[in-house]
Amino acid sequence: MIKVNNVLQLISTKIPIGNWVEVLVNFLINNFSGPLEGFAGIIEWMVNNFEALLSYFHPLVFILIFAILAWRLKNYKLSIFVALGLGLVFNLQMWDPLLTTLASIITSVVVALIIGIPIGIIKAHSITVDLITRPILDFMQTIPPFVYLIPALMFFGLGTVSGVIATVVFAIAPPIRLTYLGIQQVDDELKEAGHAFGANWWEILMKIELPGAMPSIMMGINQCIMLSLSMVVIAAMIGAGGLGKPVLRSLNVVDIGLGFEAGLGVVIIAMVLDRMFGRE
Amino acid sequence: MGKIEVRNLYKIFGNKRQKALEMLKNGYTKQEVLKKNNSTVGVDDASFEVEDGEIFVIMGLSGSGKSTLIRCVNRLIEPTAGSIKVDGQEVLGFDKKELREFREKEFGMVFQNFALLPHRTVLENAMFGLEIQKVEKQQRIKRSKEALNAVGLDGWEDQYPEQLSGGMQQRVGLARALAVDPEILLMDEPFSALDPLIKKEMQSKLLDLYEEMERTILFITHDLDEALKLGDRIAIMKEGKIIQIGDHEEILTEATNDYVENFVEDVNRSRVLTAKDIMTKAIALLYPQDGPRTALHKMKKNNLNSLFVVNKDKKYRGIVYIEDVVDVINNDELEFEDIIKNITKADPEDNLRKLFADIADLNVPLPVTDEDDKLLGIIVKTNVLANLASEGKFDQ
Repeated sequence: MIKVNNVLQLISTKIPIGNWVEVLVNFLINNFSGPLEGFAGIIEWMVNNFEALLSYFHPLVFILIFAILAWRLKNYKLSIFVALGLGLVFNLQMWDPLLTTLASIITSVVVALIIGIPIGIIKAHSITVDLITRPILDFMQTIPPFVYLIPALMFFGLGTVSGVIATVVFAIAPPIRLTYLGIQQVDDELKEAGHAFGANWWEILMKIELPGAMPSIMMGINQCIMLSLSMVVIAAMIGAGGLGKPVLRSLNVVDIGLGFEAGLGVVIIAMVLDRMFGRE
Repeated sequence: MGKIEVRNLYKIFGNKRQKALEMLKNGYTKQEVLKKNNSTVGVDDASFEVEDGEIFVIMGLSGSGKSTLIRCVNRLIEPTAGSIKVDGQEVLGFDKKELREFREKEFGMVFQNFALLPHRTVLENAMFGLEIQKVEKQQRIKRSKEALNAVGLDGWEDQYPEQLSGGMQQRVGLARALAVDPEILLMDEPFSALDPLIKKEMQSKLLDLYEEMERTILFITHDLDEALKLGDRIAIMKEGKIIQIGDHEEILTEATNDYVENFVEDVNRSRVLTAKDIMTKAIALLYPQDGPRTALHKMKKNNLNSLFVVNKDKKYRGIVYIEDVVDVINNDELEFEDIIKNITKADPEDNLRKLFADIADLNVPLPVTDEDDKLLGIIVKTNVLANLASEGKFDQ
């Protein structure tokens, strides 16, 4: 009887996973503050510069540029939509938050791609890396994004940088997965042909694998942009500026009108980016 | 010394390769090794030699290890044991860098499913090998265009592979291999994915190209017709082993076991054979500008008593016999032109029985010519007889 009691007691004792995570986070903060601050510095620099670049033009000039770009990339119908959509945001006086959002999204996407695509390439070539990254990616994609707002906050403090980091973590999985998938799907006979003509691994990667994986990688980039946008409001909770801020504020003061206007801004920028950089 | 010499080559897939190798050497069969050791035998003790400038065909059904064997030659697949020498150099002794350089300069490879890069144009695909060799751009374009012309694809340079038919795609594959000007062409069932008419056309194209540039070709197929049409010599593979090597007549008439016999019979059963199916290419030909001494030399070299004479464009002229050649050499009065004799010709569509009647009282091979009088090939007596004999079996 005593033994059964012992077992029961052991089972019902709470495993202190929460404590372990806290210890780990604290350890990282105490020992790696240098590199973390450096990283935060780079992110901040990128966001600021993108924002400066975007606000260099008068809003109407900016809208014109985007409309022309849409026309060149796709068709004139899209360029009309882009002009009207962005014009509406300007009219609703959401232009400055829009640019802030755009700058942090561009930064998030650029960072996610710089890290994600090479990881996807390595993952496609190494079974070990594939096995290690698979559960991590599942974890990152399924855990509620609110949960890693806390460590982001602890590492990088309140503000846009934390928002960008949380966004990167949330949006990096598709470029990794789709780069991996694209390379995996390249026909083995093509790689064999490369080897047969004496190509080395770099030539096979650049001339055969990446061009073959391109459609899939482009889809990964598109997914990355969309996921980044879906983080706009959540990132605002840890102080990121942009369109998320008015949405949050409207939630606190129950201002339906303000919330709707800001939300509309997010929808418009999402549709514009998706239609312009997505595949038909 | 052969161009390629393969000695006692083994390829075993699985984790316990050394153990499996020992079992094979102790006489266990492929099935036993798979059962007891969970290893798959790809190639089992293969030895053969390919002469410089010949077309050597490896034939076998799917799963017989022929594709594995050809990939061992340029080490796309790493052999488990044995030796492969090309021009006397041990291929298995190369490190990674040497191997890459060796593949660059020695081999061109053509694949069953073409293996063309979909995002590149025809010209860019043909340039691939030269690009890897870091050939300068103008030169690259020039040489790829020449290769594309040679396979009859001029004017298609800027198309993408998906816009081309299967036969044309494989022409691109062939041009890509020819562009690097390789010593050896490795062809892994290059025409198997094509429909029968296009296949025939491609086989003839390959033979034309072969005549023009005399390369060593290692050719894989599961089709005996194709093997007979193209091969100077044929190796037959079964379950990873090479079970017979020989020229056409040896394969058709002296099948060393039931397996080969079945193979040969299967081919004949499939349809009525005609002259174009059983003809082979002439070992040597004479051209009008060749004098009597060249003729004598070619005859001696190839152990022949007679040679067919063709014009530069392969138009059939006739046959010369060795006695007449000697006469011309000894007698100044006679002209070489005078001794070219006419004999019966065969049409590519003639059936075996007609051929038999034609060839019965002929002591030389029967020339096969098309409607433009172009010499397509020759038929030797044993070939007709062997095919008639096996046809007879199925009449019963």
